[in-house]
Amino acid sequence: MNEFLRRLLFLPPQRSTIAAEIDHLHYLVITITMIGATLVAAIGGYFLIRYRRRKDPDGRPNATSGTRSALKAEAAVLVVLGALFLWLWWIGYRQYMRLAIPPEESLDVYVTGKKWMWKFAYPHGAASVSEMYVPAGRPVRLIMTSRDVIHSFFVPDFRIKQDVVPGRYTTAWFEAVQPGTYEILCTEYCGTEHSYMRGHVVALGPEDYARWLKSDDALQPREPRAALDERIERGGPPLPVQMQLGETTMARRGERAAAEHGCLRCHTLDGSRHIGPTFGGLYGQKVPLEGGGEALVDEAFITASIMDPAAVIHRGFAPVMPSYLGRLEPAEVAGIVELIRSLRLVRPAPGALEEGIRSFETLEEQAR
Amino acid sequence: MSDAQAQDEHAPEAGHEADYLRADGGLRGWLLTIDHKRIGIMFYGLVLLFLLLGGLFAMILRAELITPEPTLIQADTYNRMFTLHGVIMVWLFMIPSIPNVFGNFLLPLMLGAKDLAFPRLNLASLYVFALGALVTLGGAVAGGADTGWTFYAPYSTTTPTAVVPIVTGIFILGVSSIMTGLNFIVTTHTMRAEGMTWTRVPLFVWAIYATSVIILFATPVLGMSITLVGIDHIYHFGIFDPALGGDPVLFQHIFWFYSHPAVYIMILPAMGVISEVVSTFCQKPPASYMAIFISSLGIAFVGFFTWGHHMFVAGMSTFDAGVFGALSMFVAIFSAIKVFTWVATMYRGSIRFSTPMLYFLFFLFLFVFGGMTGVAVATQSLDVHWHDTYFVVAHFHFIMVGATLTGFLAAAHYWFPKMFGRMYSERMGLLTSAAVFAGFFLTFFPQFLLGNAGMPRRYYAYPERFQWLNALSSGGSFLLGGALLLTLVNLLVALRWGRKATPNPWDSRGFEWETATMPIKHNFAVPPRIQRGPYDYHLTEEEAHARVSPG
Amino acid sequence: MPASRLAEHFEDLEKQTHAARLGMWIFLGSETLLFGALFGLYGAYRAMYPEAFAAAAAHNSIWIGSINTVVLITSSLTVALAVVAVRANLGRRAGVLLLVSLLFGVTFLVLKGMEYADHIHHGILPGSAYHFHELPSAGANRFFSLYYLLTGLHALHVIAGMIFLGAVSVGCFRGRYDNRYHTPVELGGLYWHLIDIIWIFLWPLLYLTRP
Repeated sequence: MNEFLRRLLFLPPQRSTIAAEIDHLHYLVITITMIGATLVAAIGGYFLIRYRRRKDPDGRPNATSGTRSALKAEAAVLVVLGALFLWLWWIGYRQYMRLAIPPEESLDVYVTGKKWMWKFAYPHGAASVSEMYVPAGRPVRLIMTSRDVIHSFFVPDFRIKQDVVPGRYTTAWFEAVQPGTYEILCTEYCGTEHSYMRGHVVALGPEDYARWLKSDDALQPREPRAALDERIERGGPPLPVQMQLGETTMARRGERAAAEHGCLRCHTLDGSRHIGPTFGGLYGQKVPLEGGGEALVDEAFITASIMDPAAVIHRGFAPVMPSYLGRLEPAEVAGIVELIRSLRLVRPAPGALEEGIRSFETLEEQAR
Repeated sequence: MSDAQAQDEHAPEAGHEADYLRADGGLRGWLLTIDHKRIGIMFYGLVLLFLLLGGLFAMILRAELITPEPTLIQADTYNRMFTLHGVIMVWLFMIPSIPNVFGNFLLPLMLGAKDLAFPRLNLASLYVFALGALVTLGGAVAGGADTGWTFYAPYSTTTPTAVVPIVTGIFILGVSSIMTGLNFIVTTHTMRAEGMTWTRVPLFVWAIYATSVIILFATPVLGMSITLVGIDHIYHFGIFDPALGGDPVLFQHIFWFYSHPAVYIMILPAMGVISEVVSTFCQKPPASYMAIFISSLGIAFVGFFTWGHHMFVAGMSTFDAGVFGALSMFVAIFSAIKVFTWVATMYRGSIRFSTPMLYFLFFLFLFVFGGMTGVAVATQSLDVHWHDTYFVVAHFHFIMVGATLTGFLAAAHYWFPKMFGRMYSERMGLLTSAAVFAGFFLTFFPQFLLGNAGMPRRYYAYPERFQWLNALSSGGSFLLGGALLLTLVNLLVALRWGRKATPNPWDSRGFEWETATMPIKHNFAVPPRIQRGPYDYHLTEEEAHARVSPG
Repeated sequence: MPASRLAEHFEDLEKQTHAARLGMWIFLGSETLLFGALFGLYGAYRAMYPEAFAAAAAHNSIWIGSINTVVLITSSLTVALAVVAVRANLGRRAGVLLLVSLLFGVTFLVLKGMEYADHIHHGILPGSAYHFHELPSAGANRFFSLYYLLTGLHALHVIAGMIFLGAVSVGCFRGRYDNRYHTPVELGGLYWHLIDIIWIFLWPLLYLTRP
C-alpha cells in the first residue's frame, strides 16, 4: 500500500528514518484533499443538473428554501473540519519537531553553501565538495551556513530541507537507512547556476565508511584519534599555539584560527582562569548572563558570541571582546566551535568560569 | 409607484441621455474623465494587456522547460523572465484586475451613487498605475532583475541586475493601490444611497471593502520592505546584509507580512464576484449573507497573522512555526464557510447554465483543491519536503491564479452586457471556459506531482526524471494560452457584433442592473431610494424595480 | 460661496466633508504602517543588539532630540489653534498661526540638519560608509542605519506637511475658508498631528533609551 501510494504520488524513495512516517501523513492529507475537492465539485455539478432552470414559467424558486437547515449542517461540518485541520496540524507539528531536533550523539558535518556548490567539512579533518560522505544507519547532524546568499539544502529522498543563511547557523539532521547515493538540490533561488547547484549524499556501509575515513592520507589526523581523545579527557596541557599548515582535524584547524585571530590571548584551552571564559569544559555548560538569566553554551551561543560579543555577556567577564563578524571565514568559525566542543571534558580550574581577570595588574600578580 | 415611472428609470430623461461610452466623446473626454466607469474600462484594457504579456512570458518559460537541459534561452534570460512573469502577474494583473476594473465600474452602481467619493483621486490612481507599470517595464527593458518576485535579500541587494527600477515601479503601483483602496472604503461608508443599510450592501462590495482594508494595511509595509531593498542595493545601508550585522531573514518576515495578505487581496474580489454570480444564476439569495460577509472580514483579519508559514525552513523557532501553522488552518475554515454557502445557494435554486455559472463551477473546484493543498502545505512536516518545490508553485497557481482568473472571467462575462450593452456568444463562452479550465488543470496538476518528486522551483534545467511531467505541463500552458486568447476574441467579437442586451438579461436583483444598460454618465437620472436587499428573488422584477426608485 | 465647493456627485456638503475626513484618517492609518515596518525592524534589531542600541542612542544628543520634541508639540498646538480660529471665521489669524507652525517646522529641520552634520563629521554614516570608532560594533551600525531611515522618512513627511500647511495658509489669507467650509485646514492639521505623533515615538527610541 505504502509503495503503491508513493509511486502514485511520484514521491521519491524513502531513504531516511523519518521519510516513511512523513509520507503516511502525506497520503492522509492528499486523500482528504482529493475527496474534499471532488465531493464539493460533484455536489455542485449535481445541483447544477438537478436544479437547472425549467421551461415552466412559474418556476420561481422559493428564495429562502433550505437556508436554515443548510446553516445548521454547515456549522456542524465546520466544527468537524476545524477539528480535522487541527488534528493534521498536530501530527505535522510533532513530525516537524522531530525533524528540527537532532538526536544526541549524532555525527556532525559542517555544510557551507556557496554560489554554486556545496562544501562539507568533517570533524576528523577531511573536507569535500559536492559529495558528502556519511555512514548509513547513524544520525548525522548538519551545521550549515552560507558564504554569500541564501541557499537551501534539500535531499528529497530524506524528506529534509533547511535554508542555509549567511551570517547564521542552521541545523538539520537525517539518518540514512541504507547505503546509497542521494541527490542534494538547492531549493532557494541563488542566481544563474541555481539549477546546477546539486550534490550527493553518499551514505556508506560500515566497512566502506571505515575505509573512507582512512582512504586519503592527507585527510588523516596527525595523532591517532584515541590519543587525542585521551589527551582531552586528561584535560591535558594546552596544544601549542604555533600551528602548522595541514592541520587536519576540524578542532585543530579551529585552534589555529583561534591563535591567529588572537582568541587565545584571552581564552585558555586548559581550563585556567584568564580575561575571557576558558574554552576548556565550557561546552554544554549553563552560564549566567550579565543582566540576568542564563544561557546554554551550544553552537548557536558560541557563534553568536563570536559575531556579536556584546549582545550576551557571560556574567563576571569584562565586555572587552570585539566583534569578529566578517573577520572569520565560516570554516574558521566552524573550527572554533568544534575546538570548544572537543574540549568539553576538560575540567576548568575553580572559578575559571565564574569570573575573568579584569586587569593586567592582576595578570602580572598572578604571574608572580 | 407606477409602471410608467419604472419605465422612466430604464430610459431616463425621455430616454435620450447618452450612455457613458458615448457622452463626451473624443480623446480628451477619455483621458481626463473622472467617470468611474470609464476609468474602470481603461484599467480593463491595461490589465488585459498585462495578462497577455505575463502569459506570453509564462509560455516561453514553459517552452524552455520541455527539455531538461537549456535549449531556447540562457539561464540568465530565464531568471529574468520568471521574475518578470511574477512581477507582472502579481502587481499588474492579479492585484488590480477585479478591484480596479469591476470594482471601479460597479461599486457606485451597486451603492446607488453617482461616482466614487474622490473621482479625481480615482483618475490619479489610473495614471499612477500607468506610471508604475512604465517604470517596472522600463526596468525590464533596462536589463530586468533576476531575483524572483519575492526579492529575497541578500541576493536582491547584491545582484548587479536592474533591481532598483523594478522595485521603484512596484512602490508606485502600491501607491496607486492605496489610492484606489482608500477611495473604495470611503465610498462604501459615505456614498450609499438613501435606504441602503449595512445589511443591504451587496456582497461584491463587501469583498472589495475587505480587500481595500488589506491593501491599506499591508501595502505600506511592502512599499517599505522593497524600498529598503532598493536602498541597500544603491547605498549599502546593509539593512539585511549579514556582513554589516543585518539579518536577511528579517526581510522575509516583512515581505510576507504583506505578501501573504496580498493573496487575499487577489482572491477576495474573486469571491465577491462568485457570490454575485451564484446568486443571480440560481435566482436565490446566497444561503447566508452573514456567513459570506463575516468570513470575508475573518479572512482579511487572520490573513495578517499567518505569514510565518512561508518560512518553516528558513530557520524560525519551532514554537513560532507551530503557532503560524495552527493560525493558517483558520483561514481554511473561513474559506470553507464560503464554499459551503455557495454550494448551499445552489440547493433548490433555478439554475441557469451559462458561462459565468460554468466559471463558478471551475472556481469551486480550483478553490477547494488549491485551498486543501494549502492546508497540506501549512502542515509543517509536509511543508519541509514541499517548500520551494513545484508543489508550492502548483498550489499558489491553483488558489491564487486559478481562483482569481476564473473569478475575473466570470465577471467579464456576467457584467459584459452591463458594461458594453451587448451579449457575447454563449456557445463560444461555454466552449472557451471549458478550454481554459482544461488548459489550467493540465498545466498545474502535473506540477503537484513534480513537487512531490522533489523538483525545486525556479530551475531552468532539471534532472531528467522530471521530464515527462514537465512536458505535460508545458502542453497544458499552451492550451491555456490559446483558450484565453479565444475567450478574448469571443468578447471582442461580441463588442462589435453581439446581440443588443436587454436591461436585465440575467434577471438579476442586483442594484447595478437597476441602471440603464449601458449606464448613463452619472449612473442615475434621479438618486435611487433603496427599499429592498440586493438578493430579493422572492420579488418579481417589477416589484423589485419599484423598490429601488424614488417615490 | 460654500455651495460651489460641493462636488457634483455629493448630495450635500456635510457628506462631502465626512468623506474627506474619513479619507484622511484612513490615509493616516496607512502612513502609520509605512513607519510600522521600520519600527518593526528597529524592534527586531534592538532585541538582537540591546547594549549596542542603548550605547548608540546615548551618543545622540538628548538636547537636540528633546528641543525638537518641544518644537513639534508647540507647532501642533499652533496648528490646532489655527483650526479653532478658522472655525470662528478668523481666517487671517488662522493664516498667521499656520505660518508660525511653518516656522517651527523650519526650526525642527534646521536642528535635525545640525545633528546630521555632526554625525557625518564623526563618521556616523549608514551601512558600509560607517566609520565611527567609539562605537564600532555591528549593532551600532544597525542603529544608525535605522536612525537615518526613520528620521529621514520623518523629515520628508515634515517637508510634505509644510508644503500642505503653506498652501492652506495662503488660502486662509485669501479668505477661502470660513466656519462652514474649512476642510483643507482640518486635514492639514490632522496630517501635521500625525507627524508630531510619529516623532513622539521616535524621540524615546532614538534618544532616551540609555544603557
